[in-house]
Amino acid sequence: MSEQLIIQLIVSGLGMGFIFALIAIGLTLIYGVMNVVNFAHGEFLMLGMYASYLAFATWGADPLVTLPFVVAAMFGFGLLVYYLLIRQVLGGSMQAQIFATFGLMVFLQAAAQFVMGADYFAVRDSWLSGVVTVGGVVLPVPQLAAVAGASLATAALYLLVFRTAVGRQLRAAAQDAQAASTLGINPSAMYALAWGIGSACVGVAASLLSNFYYVFPRVGAIFVLLAYVAVALGGFGSIHGALVAGLLIGLLQVLTGFFVSSELKFVPVYMLYLAVVLLRPRGLFGRS
Amino acid sequence: MPRNRSVFLKRGVVAAVAVAMAGLAAGAAVAADPVRVGALYPLSGQVAKSGEDTLNGIRLAIDIVNNTHAGLKMPFAAGAGLPALGGAKIELIAADHQGSPEIGAAEAERLIVQRKVAALIGAFHSSVAATSSQVAERMGVPYISGESEATTLTERGYRWFFRTTPSSRTQARDFFTFLRDINKSQNAGVQTIAVVHENTLWGQEFAKSVEGYFKDFSEFKPAIVVGYQQGTSDVTSEVQKLIAAKPDAVFHASYDAEAILFARTYKQFNFSPKGVLAIGAAFGSNAFRDALGGDANYFFVREHWSRDLAGRNPLIGQVGQMYRERYGKDMDGTPARAFTAMMVLADAINRAGSTDPEKIRAALAATRIAPSDMIMPWEGIQFDPTGQNTLTRGIFVQTLDGAPKMTWPADQAAIKLVWPRPAWR
Repeated sequence: MSEQLIIQLIVSGLGMGFIFALIAIGLTLIYGVMNVVNFAHGEFLMLGMYASYLAFATWGADPLVTLPFVVAAMFGFGLLVYYLLIRQVLGGSMQAQIFATFGLMVFLQAAAQFVMGADYFAVRDSWLSGVVTVGGVVLPVPQLAAVAGASLATAALYLLVFRTAVGRQLRAAAQDAQAASTLGINPSAMYALAWGIGSACVGVAASLLSNFYYVFPRVGAIFVLLAYVAVALGGFGSIHGALVAGLLIGLLQVLTGFFVSSELKFVPVYMLYLAVVLLRPRGLFGRS
Repeated sequence: MPRNRSVFLKRGVVAAVAVAMAGLAAGAAVAADPVRVGALYPLSGQVAKSGEDTLNGIRLAIDIVNNTHAGLKMPFAAGAGLPALGGAKIELIAADHQGSPEIGAAEAERLIVQRKVAALIGAFHSSVAATSSQVAERMGVPYISGESEATTLTERGYRWFFRTTPSSRTQARDFFTFLRDINKSQNAGVQTIAVVHENTLWGQEFAKSVEGYFKDFSEFKPAIVVGYQQGTSDVTSEVQKLIAAKPDAVFHASYDAEAILFARTYKQFNFSPKGVLAIGAAFGSNAFRDALGGDANYFFVREHWSRDLAGRNPLIGQVGQMYRERYGKDMDGTPARAFTAMMVLADAINRAGSTDPEKIRAALAATRIAPSDMIMPWEGIQFDPTGQNTLTRGIFVQTLDGAPKMTWPADQAAIKLVWPRPAWR
């Protein structure tokens, strides 16, 4: 067992982990601000990936070039979903909210299959492909990019939420919408912002993923299930919780896959999840 | 649905009037009712793409049966409908099982009970074929499978289950025969073999079959077996295990999505065994070639069908062309096999001369189809008592210059195979 191999596994694990984390952060942000679980989150990822792919197939634009546009488009899409759908059911029961986003998931999946077919599409030879070799360790560029891009995005999000006036308003609306509105904050605008930013996070993940993963109508399900686990593991609504949990999941699955069995690679992830839910229901970093 | 219903009502009235008039005009003559065939395929979910391809193969077969295709020298092409049933057309009723054995069983029951299908065809996934054929067996409805390969499917002693495709065990044997042959003829130098498989019934059965053949082909040694879960987000750990095991050849049982993921990861980590050989069409599919470009070259697929065989059998070229025109993709072994299963079923229903399940079953069991009447490079179709077609033959196709080329057996090869595969660029 060489050190190089261990380093390789860890980098791969972190690469995937950052992707999971980025998806989970979007989820947890929306949940933290307005207590709504977005069941269509994986389908947002799928849309972002189709956008990256189509830009590549139509104009030959590299996913790296289109990243800002995909992120902006996904931000807009998040706002749209909030105003057209979520705001209409906010006053309704919990079930109404669940079924609204669940229905959106089914709709987006079916619509994608209707428009694009069930085929697999992949960006070929993107700028961020290939490998770099550092001291005998082979590091795939797309995964390095995922680590770099996702950590930058997380840092930016952190600054926005915890260091700016808008972030303060967002957190105020999250803590107590009524009190916030007496202070001149428009909670609805903050909710919309949360949906926009949450979707934009997925847009970053989608752009980075399309450097090495293929898109098809069900691609969201592959990633989002683990993102839900990351949200619950890290604590609902906790951004750094989602980050840590996402990385933990990424590492755990790669290491289990190699040292134990690849058929069982998600077992420790779900075991950890169960243990945390039983022993510490609010998650690793959740507020009680 | 009011519009649909009114159309339905109108059609019903028209049909009733037509039947009454026909009855008046011709005395006892009855208009030929369509024969309903239920198709169970994954039309949404993880492998919807394969379900679509497979169903397209079936649609093409039904089109050839139902309509006149002059110039196509194939059973049912010249006339319209099934001649022995008064020109009755085949009506396809497709159901989506989403890759789930439970949904597959429920849909089989629905098709039989509510839609009154005369026979079932399916189901791509072996795991779903297992459960849905159980329902057919219980209810006494013929079930034909053109592409579900798990060996156990025909070892259950079922009366109503028929399979035209070779089982995964038969195919596993071809992998070894191929390697033994190229070890001799081209000094391929293969000794150790790794198996990579997805872990539903199909992949597991294939891995098991391969394991069993190491006894008969004792010049080969197993290197490692790597099973993985379908729908995985990355395969780094799987590939690192393979790298550590250093096999000469890798046998792959993967569906389309993971085939792309594995090939990309192989390249990333510069894993380059002498050859990668796959069961199922995934490593030579259109999606695979589109996604990987030049990197799709040199993979072998133990195929069932190749356009390169058109020179030996003009039907292959004609049907492949029709498929391409209709669905905008090249035909491969999966739709070709589904097409063939549907033609076999149509032939049996026609010989049965009725939609009575017992008669169709007897006709299926008595099937004799000559190589010149079908698009597969087989010696024909004839079922043994377990319902397995005994006349299949395997071929190996290698992607070269971006196109799948028939490379083995050597006497049918369109081009010389490349072995070992060159290093990744």
